[in-house]
Amino acid sequence: MDPVLLARIQFAANISFHILFPTITIALGWLLLFFKLRFNATRDEAWMEAYRFWVKVFALSFALGVVSGLTMSFQFGTNWPGFMERVGNIAGPLLAYEVVTAFFLEASFLAIMLFGYRRVPDWLHTLATVLVAVGTSLSAFWILVLNSWMHTPAGYEIRDGVAHATDWFAIVFNPSMPYRLAHMLLASGLTAAFLIAGLSAWRWLRGDRAPGVLKALRTGVVLGAVLIPAQILAGDLHGLNTLKHQPQKVAAMEGVWETERGAALRLFAIPDEANRTNRFEIAIPNMASLILTHEWEGEVRGLNEFIGEHPPVAPVFYAFRVMVGVGVLMLLVGWWGALALRRGRAPGRWLARALVAMTFSGWVATLAGWYVTEIGRQPWLVTGILRTGEAAGPVPAATIGVSLALYLAIYAVLLAAYIGTLYHLAARGGRAGEEVRTGPFRPQPQPAE
Amino acid sequence: METLPPGAWLPIAFALLMALSMLLYAMLDGFDLGVGVLLRRTPEEAERDRMIASIGPFWDANETWLVLGVGLLLVAFPAAHGMILTALYLPVALMLAALILRGVAFEFRAKAPEGQKPRWDMAFQAGSVLAAFSQGWMLGSYILGFAEGWGALVFSVLVGLIVVAGYTLIGACWLVWRTEGALQARAAAWARGALYATWGGVLVISAATPLASPRIFERWFDFPEVLGLAPIPLATGALFLLLHIFLRRFPRADHALDWVPFAATCAIFALCFQGLAYSFWPYIVPERLTIFEAAAAPESLLIILVGAGLVLPVIGLYTAVIWRVFGGKARELKYD
Repeated sequence: MDPVLLARIQFAANISFHILFPTITIALGWLLLFFKLRFNATRDEAWMEAYRFWVKVFALSFALGVVSGLTMSFQFGTNWPGFMERVGNIAGPLLAYEVVTAFFLEASFLAIMLFGYRRVPDWLHTLATVLVAVGTSLSAFWILVLNSWMHTPAGYEIRDGVAHATDWFAIVFNPSMPYRLAHMLLASGLTAAFLIAGLSAWRWLRGDRAPGVLKALRTGVVLGAVLIPAQILAGDLHGLNTLKHQPQKVAAMEGVWETERGAALRLFAIPDEANRTNRFEIAIPNMASLILTHEWEGEVRGLNEFIGEHPPVAPVFYAFRVMVGVGVLMLLVGWWGALALRRGRAPGRWLARALVAMTFSGWVATLAGWYVTEIGRQPWLVTGILRTGEAAGPVPAATIGVSLALYLAIYAVLLAAYIGTLYHLAARGGRAGEEVRTGPFRPQPQPAE
Repeated sequence: METLPPGAWLPIAFALLMALSMLLYAMLDGFDLGVGVLLRRTPEEAERDRMIASIGPFWDANETWLVLGVGLLLVAFPAAHGMILTALYLPVALMLAALILRGVAFEFRAKAPEGQKPRWDMAFQAGSVLAAFSQGWMLGSYILGFAEGWGALVFSVLVGLIVVAGYTLIGACWLVWRTEGALQARAAAWARGALYATWGGVLVISAATPLASPRIFERWFDFPEVLGLAPIPLATGALFLLLHIFLRRFPRADHALDWVPFAATCAIFALCFQGLAYSFWPYIVPERLTIFEAAAAPESLLIILVGAGLVLPVIGLYTAVIWRVFGGKARELKYD
């Protein structure tokens, strides 16, 4: 097999596994802060109970995010040595700033947030929660700055074939950064919202009536209902920004082959790249032009203008529909839930079931969205500067294959263990006073202090 | 000493920063990994829990030094980063897999269903052993300038085992410091076992490194440098001797000096590291690429240095806070 393709599959597997966990922790950090502040304000134990349950989920997700993120920092070098050689002067400082400003902050204060409740004054525990939340968001900021710069580079010049920074402000606030950042932070909010609502609904259906369950369920549903319209708006703006800077990606998302005015919105089709056409197309006339250009007869440039320079069409096209489809489901379930739970009402059986079904919907939408934007960037690794094939290293296919198999096996086990553990925690979450970190307490002989 | 190229201070500053992160990583995650290696040496579940509790608040931040170290290699010496990491592809993959297992086992052993706990303990130990071993493998391969062949492989495996011994030593000394009673007595015994293995290992590496490279041989044995360098091996030997004597005195009646073995081991790590750094200076890829040839553009290095200069003292400050909050003998870790 082609080593470049294997290196890509390996990197994609890694980054796909990794993104699942930050997507939860970025928003969950702020939600924990919300629970803590509500408890501080109301002294209602239910909030603290919600905090204690979800802080466990946070700790577990955080650990998985840390170890899979570490893997990625090495894979830049093992899989894509050409990347740092060509654009290291720009990518380097951004990654360094992530580590020194965000990574140490979250990793250090996590200890106080998790185990410090009885060891430090309450204000310090709250502050640690704030700092961990700030750290995870700051981490997301730097990573999305770099990712956006790779899509829409700015503020640099090429000298001797290597990119040099000329304007750091332009690099950080590159054209697609604000849209991508907003889109991703909202995605994180929605992922955490539906996870909380879904897992709480599962506990509710099992008859767990601990006061924290309903509080968490309501928080998740309301957050989801509020964020989903914001996300649809942010997604639309991000799409317009992509149309301006990476029109070939939008053409692949929409399955538009020939440049056309009044382009139709393809709801479903099977893109046929060999014959450069779509099969079994179901489309709404003029709708794509209306969405993308906000004009009935607006022009949408087709893939045939970018032959050899556009991404593989089918994966981008399908992934986009998965993302939008899940978004629509989120809108329906989120608003139904908000309506059904208004003024303190309890959730009905069918709503609870729907929420359970949507527990991991955020993951599906987020992964699909990233596939759209990352596959949609091909054949470029850094638009206009570096092609993916040029960045690959000299490592032979067999070596990559062996390590890929190793990683995939580990990821499969860990994902199963993660989801299994979430439900295990949820199942016993209702039993009060249980300590999970160190297992059941067993007295041991100890000299007096 | 050869004259340095102009503007050399930036690559030097970054080489120092990177070396500092790597050394801190080896000491800090070294004790985490060492505790992991030892985890299943005790059959008592309560003792295992206590061992984990002693490192629980620290391991996350400790591992971050590795991210910073490799991050600095990545950002400051991009050409070397690609060369080193592609040459070390397999041990890096093995180490990452191992660190993944170790990191998640922390959480899973406490949160997964009770019946799975022994399995996660096993994953924790296997991950710790493999991570330490693959780091040593990388070090061995680096010392030989990424030479290939059976001899090089045997040497790398040997260094892998030595690093496992070294981490076990520092992990056991950590437990001597942070635990008490029966567990502390066990830890002191473990530390003695690891001490002799590490001692022998350091001698082997010290002998093999100059033999592997004539340049390094000259570095160490040229007159008069040899006089200035002599304190490094002498101090290392003295510290080993100190540990040999002191570790026999545990368990002790009072806990005032429990920290001494850990501090002595840290000093040994620092001295060995200094010796290695001296051997390879100014190369970042042995015999192939110097730090000056591999450095990124000065304006990019400068902007990182400004950030690092501002932030690293703050990191030091809050690390001190965390060490204070979780100082003393390890207690049960509780979320509430």
